[in-house]
Amino acid sequence: MSISRRSFLRNSAAGGVALAAPSLIANVARAADGPIKLGSLHDLSGPLAATGEPMVYATQLAVKEINESGGLLGREIELINYDTQSNIQLYSQFAQQLAVRDKVDVVHGGITSASREAIRPIFNRFRTMYFYNTLYEGGVCDRNTFNFGTTPAQTVEKLVPYAMDLWGKKVYIIAADYNYGQITAKWMRKYVEDNGGEVLSTDFFPLDVTNFGPSISRIQAAKPDMLLSAMVGGNHTAFYRQWVAAGLKDEIPIASTTFGLVNEPATLEAAESNGVLGSYGYFEELQTPASKAFVDAIKAEHGDKTPYINEPAAATYEAVHLWAKGVAIAGTADRMPVIEALETGLSFDGPSGNVLIDPITHHVTRNAYLAEVKDKAWNVLETFPDQQPLDTAAVCDLKANPNDTTHYEIDI
Amino acid sequence: MDIAIIVGLDIISGIASLLLISAGLAVIFGMMKIINLAHGEFLMLGAYTTVLSVSAGVNIWLAMLVISPVVVGLFGVIVERCLIQFLYGRLVDTMLATWGLSLVIVGATTMIFGNTIVGVASPLGGFSVGQYQTSLYTPFLAVMAILLMVLIWAVMRFTRAGLIARAVMQNPEMAATLGVNPAKVYMATFGAGAAISGLAGGLLAPVAGIVPTMGAAYIAKAFITVVGGGTSILWGLISASGLFGFINQIAAFLTTPVFGEVILFISAVILIRLLPLGISGKFFKGRL
Repeated sequence: MSISRRSFLRNSAAGGVALAAPSLIANVARAADGPIKLGSLHDLSGPLAATGEPMVYATQLAVKEINESGGLLGREIELINYDTQSNIQLYSQFAQQLAVRDKVDVVHGGITSASREAIRPIFNRFRTMYFYNTLYEGGVCDRNTFNFGTTPAQTVEKLVPYAMDLWGKKVYIIAADYNYGQITAKWMRKYVEDNGGEVLSTDFFPLDVTNFGPSISRIQAAKPDMLLSAMVGGNHTAFYRQWVAAGLKDEIPIASTTFGLVNEPATLEAAESNGVLGSYGYFEELQTPASKAFVDAIKAEHGDKTPYINEPAAATYEAVHLWAKGVAIAGTADRMPVIEALETGLSFDGPSGNVLIDPITHHVTRNAYLAEVKDKAWNVLETFPDQQPLDTAAVCDLKANPNDTTHYEIDI
Repeated sequence: MDIAIIVGLDIISGIASLLLISAGLAVIFGMMKIINLAHGEFLMLGAYTTVLSVSAGVNIWLAMLVISPVVVGLFGVIVERCLIQFLYGRLVDTMLATWGLSLVIVGATTMIFGNTIVGVASPLGGFSVGQYQTSLYTPFLAVMAILLMVLIWAVMRFTRAGLIARAVMQNPEMAATLGVNPAKVYMATFGAGAAISGLAGGLLAPVAGIVPTMGAAYIAKAFITVVGGGTSILWGLISASGLFGFINQIAAFLTTPVFGEVILFISAVILIRLLPLGISGKFFKGRL
């Protein structure tokens, strides 16, 4: 009998499947009694670590609370966390590892929109449920993904008119030069114009710009009533320093959608940051009992050096708890039953208030807060209860198109 | 008119900060032909030294002008003794070693001080030019850059140490036969280069966002300045900083910050294509 190359390949492939099959079966059997696995992808080193650290603390806290109250379906939750080191390539690599090798039941994580778009297709391909818990520009429409962070319709829409009422109609926009900054700047322009204002100019800054002198001169030449900032990261903090050094802080006030995400109020001098307005889905300074308990629990565990506990941390905590609620109702950690359970419109009372899943967009209806920096901390001025993700709702209907996986750039 | 003065000040500030961030690298590269990829981290250590000294209650001027250069200079000497001295004449190996060193420094700083941004407030106020305002710190940086250049020039030109340094730079073997110990000269040079980087880091601390990874934002510009300038330490540095600082700032003002960066790097590429040995390889041959 002659063995052609083709038949040899076919036979050995069949043999391989036969050999692999028993181990597949064994895996399934083990998974049923072993722990439920929760994967976590957050930056614990590199430029984004100040944001990632409290998110991991919040994940650990939620997992601990669930395990201490008897676990989920009688099983422990096992947390598998990888440090993505602020590196997109590691996001892809660890996402594959979580899905294929660790075979986790769910993944929470991703900070920048760029990292989310790197890992979201991977979780779709390997059918692993995914939660993205950072505030972002809106528009993700994907049945496998749940988005717990605020979007511009929930925060920017409140921030812009509030600031314009205080300061005036002529606005100058500065933003980081990647998808978050570009899209957020569009939203800012829309809300400025909706409220009868005028955008004098929009400047984008690459993340490694360190000398803002010429831009500060441009801004002065334009004579705006206020600045809207979506600057991101350590280098961009220098903008606020150089702004204050030029003596402009009391001349032209600033409202920002990103100020505070890497702890700016605590690290800039009070004189440099007093009066900056911001709007998020959560502030550490919120004085509700749930918020205080949340902050105390994290600080008790991690001490004084804990970075600022920001919206992404609170949203992560709420997302883990809501996912657990979905698993408990579905009676299994399998992907589709849990997604269907969550789509019944489950809600959870977390540190930021009530969080309600919107089945149409897989985003959440949550409270938004508006605050002002005062003596290195946020002073919460206004609460806007139950804000819906209207921006994403304008483009996304997962009931009608359950197979959609697009990240819509919402046409404004 | 006012706007011209303000833009002029921006250009001066751009040139001054390029001079400051590149000077330490230029000294080490020009004298020792060593490419120090940990240069950005030396700047970062200088900035951290200033911030930590100020938060420990030290006067900010003392912290920037004395403590930062001394601390980073000593650190440079230690690095030279423990790492660089074994790698002289091996260009690629020094690049690899200093790159590894930069990762170690970033990692260690993160472990000790954490990832959050730290900083000090600018010690000088602002002033007005017509209806425009700018920072007094800008002219101060320019004065410091000029003083640093004068200092390097004076040391190289008038002191015995400068004479020996120039001799070793031109021909290490010949200098060695005349009784100079090149190893000591190299150690001192590396220390001096590190000290200048420390000074630059300290001076930038009030106007920068200080995180362990901040070096990465400066190192590319420092390198194109030094490479564009060529081997002559002083004139290469001054001409390249002047050219690139002017192009970067004027482009950022007239267009957007994005194009400011793009135009800067394109002009650097064109410059290296036209003058492969840098500006000083063509115009200031053999000068300091």
